[in-house]
Amino acid sequence: MTTLLALLTGLIFAAGIYLILSGSLLRLIFGLALASNAVNLLIFTAGGLDARRSPLIAADQTAIAEPVANALPQAMILTAVVIGFAIVTFVLALLYRHRLDRPKALGEARP
Amino acid sequence: MMPLYLPICLPLAAAGVMLLQAPSNGRRYPTALAGSLLHLAAAVYLLLRVDQAGLISVQTGNWPAPFGITLVADLLSAAMVVITALMGLAVVVYARPAVADSMEQRRALVFVHVLLAAISGAFLTGDLFNLYVWFEVMLMASFGLMTGGRGWRAVKGMTAYVILNLLATLFFLIAIGLLYGLAGTLNMAHLHQQLGAVSSDATVAAVATLLLFAFGIKAALFPFYHWLPAAYPQLPIHTAALFAGLLTKVGVYSLLRVATLLFADFEEILMPLLLGSAALTMLLGVLGAAAQNDVRRILSYHIISQVGYMVLGIALFTPLALAATIVYLLHHIVVKTNLFLIAGLVRHLGGSYALDRLGGLYARSGWLAVGFLVPALSLAGIPPLSGFWAKLLVIRSALASDHLLLAILALAVGLLTVYSMTKIWQAAFWSPAPAAERLSAPAAGAAALWMGVPVAVLAAVTVGFGLGIEPIFRFAVQAAEQLVNPHLYVTMVLGG
Repeated sequence: MTTLLALLTGLIFAAGIYLILSGSLLRLIFGLALASNAVNLLIFTAGGLDARRSPLIAADQTAIAEPVANALPQAMILTAVVIGFAIVTFVLALLYRHRLDRPKALGEARP
Repeated sequence: MMPLYLPICLPLAAAGVMLLQAPSNGRRYPTALAGSLLHLAAAVYLLLRVDQAGLISVQTGNWPAPFGITLVADLLSAAMVVITALMGLAVVVYARPAVADSMEQRRALVFVHVLLAAISGAFLTGDLFNLYVWFEVMLMASFGLMTGGRGWRAVKGMTAYVILNLLATLFFLIAIGLLYGLAGTLNMAHLHQQLGAVSSDATVAAVATLLLFAFGIKAALFPFYHWLPAAYPQLPIHTAALFAGLLTKVGVYSLLRVATLLFADFEEILMPLLLGSAALTMLLGVLGAAAQNDVRRILSYHIISQVGYMVLGIALFTPLALAATIVYLLHHIVVKTNLFLIAGLVRHLGGSYALDRLGGLYARSGWLAVGFLVPALSLAGIPPLSGFWAKLLVIRSALASDHLLLAILALAVGLLTVYSMTKIWQAAFWSPAPAAERLSAPAAGAAALWMGVPVAVLAAVTVGFGLGIEPIFRFAVQAAEQLVNPHLYVTMVLGG
C-alpha cells in the first residue's frame, strides 16, 4: 500500500511539475494545485498506513490497547488543504487581473 | 505567558478593528498607528522578559510539549520581534501622507498589520508546521499588499513572486511531511532530540536540502533570487521598505534556526552547499546592482548581496560566525528599510526613481542628503556605522575558519557596494538638477515631517548601533551561544 501511494505521489508530482513548467499561466495554476495535492498524499503516507483502527478508546478501557491510526497527519493535511484552496483562489484572481490588464496576453505570458 | 502571545495578537487585533472601520474616512490610520505602537511596546516587554529569564516558552492551549504548538522566545527571536515592530511603526508613520491620499493605501493598512503579526509569529514559533502556517499568512498578506501596484508590469513582477513563493512553501511542506515520517514529531526542540537517533543519513540529507531550497527562495539566495528585483520595484515605496527589511530575513532566520537546532550534526551535508550559495549570492547581487539605473532596483539587488553575508555566517557555523549573522540581521533590517524610505523621499522631492532624471537634491535638501549618507555608508561598511562592524565580524569569522578566498570576496563585494551607493549619491544628490520645470513643488510641511521623522530615527538607530556596538555584540554572542548549545531551549520547551 505504501509503495503504491509513493508511486502515485510521484506520478501526480511529475504531472504537476510538468504543468508548472509548461509556460502558460492557467496550466501553471493547475500544476500548483496538483502538486499541493501530491504533497498532501505524501504527508498522509509518511504518517504511516499500517494501523487501520480509528484512535478511539473503548468505553470500558482507559488507554488505547491496539495500534491505531495517527490523527495528526490528517489534521495537518486538513490545514494544508484549506490554505492551498485559498491560494489557488488568489492566483486565479491574479490571473483574472492579467486578463483585464492585457486581454490578449494569456497565451503568451511567460512568468 | 502573556508576553509571547501579545506581539502576535496585538497587530492581528488592530487588523481586525481596521476591517470594521470604513476605508473611506480617516479612522483606520489612528488604529494602525496605535496597533504599531502597542506592538512595539509588547515586543520590548518580551525582550526584557527574555533578557531576564534567558528564554521563555508557552504551550498554547495547555497541550503538553511535543503534541501542541509551542511558542518560544530566545534572545534571537525576541530581538527580531523588537526590530520587526520598530520597522512596522516606522513604515506606518511614513505611510501617513500616502494613506491620506489614497483609498488603496487605507485598505492596505490591514495587510500591513496581518503581515507584522505573521512575521512575529514566524519568529516566535517552536513548531515547524506552525512556521509553515505563518509563512502562508505572510504570503497572503504580502499578496494583498502587492495588489496595490497597478499595471501590466506590476502584475508580471507579482506573478514571479507569487509562483516562486508558492513553490517554496510547497517544498517546505514536503520536508515537513518527510520529517514527520522520520521522527514522528514537528516540535523543533523534540526534533532536536529525535533526529540524533535517526540512522538514515540519506533521508535527513533530503529533508535538509528541501528546507534549504524552501528557505533559500524566501531569503532570495542564489540561484533563487530573481523574483526579488522583479517584484519589489513594483510596490508602493513604503510597502517595499517593509518587505525589503523583513521578508527575506524571515527566510534567513528560519535557515539559522533549522541549521542550529535540527541539522547541527549533519553539518558536512549542508555547509558546502550553503557556502557556495552564499558566496555567489553576495557577488551576483552586487554585480546586478551595478548594472541598474533605478534607485529601487539598485537597492533590491543589494538586499540579495547582503543576504549572502548573513548566510555566509550561517555556513561557517562557528559561534563567532553565528553572532556575526545576528549582528548583520539586526543592522541590515534597519538600514535597508531606511534606504527604501529615503528612496520614497527622493521620489517625492526629485520626481523620479530613475537616476538619469534625478539631480541637485543636495542643494534642495541637505537633511535628506545626510539622511541618505548614513544608511548608505553603513550598508557599504564604512566605520563607525553599524555595517562596518557587521562586515568586520563576518570577515573575521571567515578568516578564523581559514576561508581566505571568501574573506577577500566579502571585502570586494563591500567595495562594489560603495560603488553603487556612490552612483546614487552622484546622480541624485551631487549632479546639477535636470530641467527645472520637472521638479515638484517643495513638500508640504506636514507630509515632509511624517515622512522625514522615521528616516531620521532609523538613521539615528544606525549611528547608535555603530557607536554602541559593544553591548550589542555581547548580546549577539549570548544569542549565538543559545543557538550553538540548544540545551536550555530543549529543556525549557519539553519541560526537562
